Amino acid sequence: MELGTLGIKDIQEGLQKKTFSATELAEASFSAIREKDPKIHAFLEVTENLALEQAAAVDKKVANKEKLGALAGVPSALKDAILVKGVRATAGSRMLENYTAPYDATVVEKLKGADALLVGKTNMDEFGMGASTENSAFGVTRNPLDEERVPGGSSGGSAASVAAGEAVIALGEDTGGSIRLPASFCGLVGLKPTYGAVSRNGIIALASSLDQVGPFARTVEDCEIVFDVIRGKDPLDATSVDAQVQDPNFKIQNLRIGVPKEYFGEGLDPVVGDVIKNTLKKLEDAGAKLVEVSIPHVQYALAAYYIINTSEASANLARYDGIRYGFSKAGNTLLETYLESRGEAFGTEVKRRIMLGTYALSAGYYDAYYIKAQKVRTLLKQDFEKAFEEVDVIAGPVSPFLPFKIGEKMQDPLAMYLVDIYTVSANLTALPSLSVPAGKAENLPVGLQLMAPAFQENLLFKAGSVVEALK
Amino acid sequence: MITKEQVVHIAKLARLKLTEEEIVKFQKDFSSILDYFGILQSLDTKNVEPLTHSVAAENVEREDVEREADPAFSQELVDMAPSQDQGFLQVKEVFGNDK
Repeated sequence: MELGTLGIKDIQEGLQKKTFSATELAEASFSAIREKDPKIHAFLEVTENLALEQAAAVDKKVANKEKLGALAGVPSALKDAILVKGVRATAGSRMLENYTAPYDATVVEKLKGADALLVGKTNMDEFGMGASTENSAFGVTRNPLDEERVPGGSSGGSAASVAAGEAVIALGEDTGGSIRLPASFCGLVGLKPTYGAVSRNGIIALASSLDQVGPFARTVEDCEIVFDVIRGKDPLDATSVDAQVQDPNFKIQNLRIGVPKEYFGEGLDPVVGDVIKNTLKKLEDAGAKLVEVSIPHVQYALAAYYIINTSEASANLARYDGIRYGFSKAGNTLLETYLESRGEAFGTEVKRRIMLGTYALSAGYYDAYYIKAQKVRTLLKQDFEKAFEEVDVIAGPVSPFLPFKIGEKMQDPLAMYLVDIYTVSANLTALPSLSVPAGKAENLPVGLQLMAPAFQENLLFKAGSVVEALK
Repeated sequence: MITKEQVVHIAKLARLKLTEEEIVKFQKDFSSILDYFGILQSLDTKNVEPLTHSVAAENVEREDVEREADPAFSQELVDMAPSQDQGFLQVKEVFGNDK
């Protein structure tokens, strides 16, 4: 059995008709992992026993004609920053190499409650810091569509696991593009939900005012099913809210698509620009109205994003102190224990960001960097609010260029940061954003990014389905 | 341009031990990244309020009632610490003469 062609509804139907069992679905996932993962390295750990237990429970429900959950029998992979009770969670770092999660993240409880099969934990840039999955302490992940290239990051393992047919869906985490970029690079659908739409309880934090958990899938339909399972208010995450705006009267003929001119300027690889423009043209032919809009402060977004990201990361990662949990190297004094434990277990990019954040928050620089960045965030939010007075969704590229080669950007941290140029605005402004395959250039996938007003994920799925159906 | 002394100072504030090569590399990296951040200084933000959170968040409170902790779970959390004694984490002295 090939998982690469099965959608969630095919799986539900197959289970009901007894074409296959959940145990066979789990075995199909393990067999794909055994065949492909030695090369791709999407997984850091395969949780065979857990998935087989869950599969047996689903098969029992089928035999007893009990109602099945929305994700029954669906082989699902999880970014290694998401806690599963009793399973290691490394966040791609030596710091947590031997850390076993003591509880389930809320999203994991929800997946389990929906009868999903949790097949394993996927590789990622250390603590989510990176755009290529090359910053993992446990080796790089390769793009299943071209093994010489990166899968994007930081949730690159999750994307690669679905693209390689090892899993049917996966969860990632997006702080500045970490779901949408790998979705674009691996030819998948990926959603960064509205800030607050999905609980972050049990997720290893990077930058708390930006982080969101979201799904990867091969189709918009599957992406929506997973989002419906994981979303909602959670008393264990005070920032979570229960809200979703429905639009039952969606018609492509009524859709006004904003095209920000700033997303098509200098820095955009023309071959990527052509695929995006061609897709927009087809949407126009299908009846949508294209409206040129302006997000004037987008040129400041990336700098503001990296100041906020590094500042919040420096505070969040202070918890790894060699005292409470994670890697520890005892020194002669308390200070030495801190210095040695953190100096030895954090990788280069993590140290770089902690230091940049510490600098931006330090006396004398706080106003010039951190407060300034927060003010840019206000201006950017106003830009989007103004644009959404005229349009329903905003469309543009996910990435300025095609999936790049492994090693190509590793020596230049600023070049790696620039990969996020089109994705960070959605995180800074809380907006939901969907990456959906738009076509190919030089035989590599190109993703279209759709953004909507807060809590209108529904609109993104409807518009995304139209994009998906274009030929 | 950021100096080597500044890099060493920030590393200490951030509680990170760096190698000599890392200090040299970070000095170079920070200079180009901070240079890029400089783009913000050209923007006039005099009358703009900072946005600390992207969604309007108000204080979220819960009832002030005692919540029972499962002692086994608490012990499991304590067991993650490299050094512990009778259910407490053990650390080197906090107020000492060390620098």
